[in-house]
Amino acid sequence: MTSNPVLEIKHIKKYFKISKGWFAEKKYVKAVDDVSFSIEKGRTASIVGESGCGKSTLARLVNGLIEADSGEIVFKGNDLTHKNEAVWRTFRQPMQMIFQDPYASLSPQMKIKDLVAEPLLIHYPKMSKAEIEKIVKETLDICGIGSQHLSKYPHQFSGGQRQRIGIARALVLRPELVILDEPVSALDVSVQAQILNLLKDLQEKFDLTYLFISHDLSVIDHISDDVAVMYLGNIVEISSRDTLFESPKHPYTQALLSSVPDKDPKLKRERIILKGEIPNAANPPSGCKFHTRCPFAMNVCKEVAPVMQTLDNGTQVACHLYQENQS
Amino acid sequence: MSETQITTDQTQFVETKQDSNFKRLLRSFKKNKLALYSLYVIILLLLIVIFGPWITPYDPQEANYDSILEAPSWQHLAGTDEFGKDVLSRLIVGARLSLGVGVSAVLLGAVAGTILGLISGFFGKWVDRVIMRICDILFAFPDLVLAIAMVAILGPGMKNVIIAIAFFSTPSFARIVRGETLEIKERLFIEAERSIGAKKSRIILRHVFPQTISTIIVYITMNIGGAIISAASLSFLGLGASPSSPEWGAMLSASRDYIGHAFHLIFFPGLAVFITVLVLNLFGDGLRDVLDPKTRD
Repeated sequence: MTSNPVLEIKHIKKYFKISKGWFAEKKYVKAVDDVSFSIEKGRTASIVGESGCGKSTLARLVNGLIEADSGEIVFKGNDLTHKNEAVWRTFRQPMQMIFQDPYASLSPQMKIKDLVAEPLLIHYPKMSKAEIEKIVKETLDICGIGSQHLSKYPHQFSGGQRQRIGIARALVLRPELVILDEPVSALDVSVQAQILNLLKDLQEKFDLTYLFISHDLSVIDHISDDVAVMYLGNIVEISSRDTLFESPKHPYTQALLSSVPDKDPKLKRERIILKGEIPNAANPPSGCKFHTRCPFAMNVCKEVAPVMQTLDNGTQVACHLYQENQS
Repeated sequence: MSETQITTDQTQFVETKQDSNFKRLLRSFKKNKLALYSLYVIILLLLIVIFGPWITPYDPQEANYDSILEAPSWQHLAGTDEFGKDVLSRLIVGARLSLGVGVSAVLLGAVAGTILGLISGFFGKWVDRVIMRICDILFAFPDLVLAIAMVAILGPGMKNVIIAIAFFSTPSFARIVRGETLEIKERLFIEAERSIGAKKSRIILRHVFPQTISTIIVYITMNIGGAIISAASLSFLGLGASPSSPEWGAMLSASRDYIGHAFHLIFFPGLAVFITVLVLNLFGDGLRDVLDPKTRD
């Protein structure tokens, strides 16, 4: 594999302070705790995990909407960690974000053409009006919004259409990396498929790199090249899509995959049902954070946090089960 | 028997048609009769303000010592004052002064308050704390006392009355706009704006401010009534318009010596203030039902 990562994340951490008052004991939620991964150009890397595992925080960290506590964000060879808003702004053209809720992510009192033209106005202040209009029309057309809708307001559109407008808004700048934070989870299943197919077409057309965040494994299966599984702020397994879905390694990944309904209802399957709830992120378990719910938990899991290691089939996994096998 | 046809064409667009604010305003006002009639009266008042000097039955400044302190009659519908000037004519001309002071003072206060509120709400932290504490200090004074103090410093006169009233209405606008801004700032589309690289100034002017306009408009209408009363009060106390001018408060002030035997001198200016303030408040109420997102359905 030739290594040409568009985005590299190294040991990134974000803790949110939850204690209030000056004298209270300092408490933190470790929303993202030592996460590393990289995305190759033209590929779709997905991050999957249940709600509250820190995947949306990760998306906002990568996009610079919130500042990381430590670690490195390297975008096209530029270290963007701890840079101020002005530096980030220069990278907002090649790095775009699409949000989960298409109802809330469009400024309600602006017309569609102004919404889509706005990124151009910001990044290319010298561009002529006619040129802007041409690009806006073209981009909206690619995203499936006809030019007869240019003067409408967001509330006049359905959820799927609004998400198309959100996509057009991101694509009008012709970015290289697009961060998609649960782009389809607010939509109907039938519309989800349309949007996912649109995203795939656009990726091919514009040679885009996607960082795709979702909790929905069937969506992940549909769109990803590589998948990272997150649990309580850690990545527990990284693998290519096919390897992950065929032979999941980490017990959490196995449990997640077994929860996906199968196409054949008669097929007898082993379902791994996890005990209990996801632990409180403010007070995570010691050692491996998953040991409280893991069916294979050993003594060592309670004490030592497992390190990420690469297996023979290329899967990276953080689990003591495999650490033993190797040593 | 196929009356219903289901089109599954994906390109067909669902029109979730929502009426414009203006249409909703008309529809809501049809139900809210008080607000509608108030609107008619406000339009009438505006016509009086515009055409006042040309529609007075008598010259408002012309003294006529043959008919002083006359009770209302067919010749002088609202009677005459101690110099024999026609009260109705003076009221008509004075509308321009009284309404003008109220409107301009509130607009001035609204502009200042909106700017402060946007800055305070959007930037938060110490900026917010400083601005809000200053507002708290101003809130601690009764409005009229503050206005009297201001006029005492600046000196009497209509211009200073406007400044004084604008001054004490600024903090309430600042606080309302700040509250709205705090709420809007947390909404997702603001984050979306940041992610496309919009600067703070752009976000405030293009995305936060338009969301607050409807609330500001409602609050302006509701405040004009109060401002007119304040202006009249200051004039009554001799701090605003000069006693000879036909400003309504000044008319009340000048005629208080004659309450005993010429009730109309105090009744008609008082009635004018009362009706103006009442219709403005009723109209503001109706407008709020339509425009304020918090009370909207």
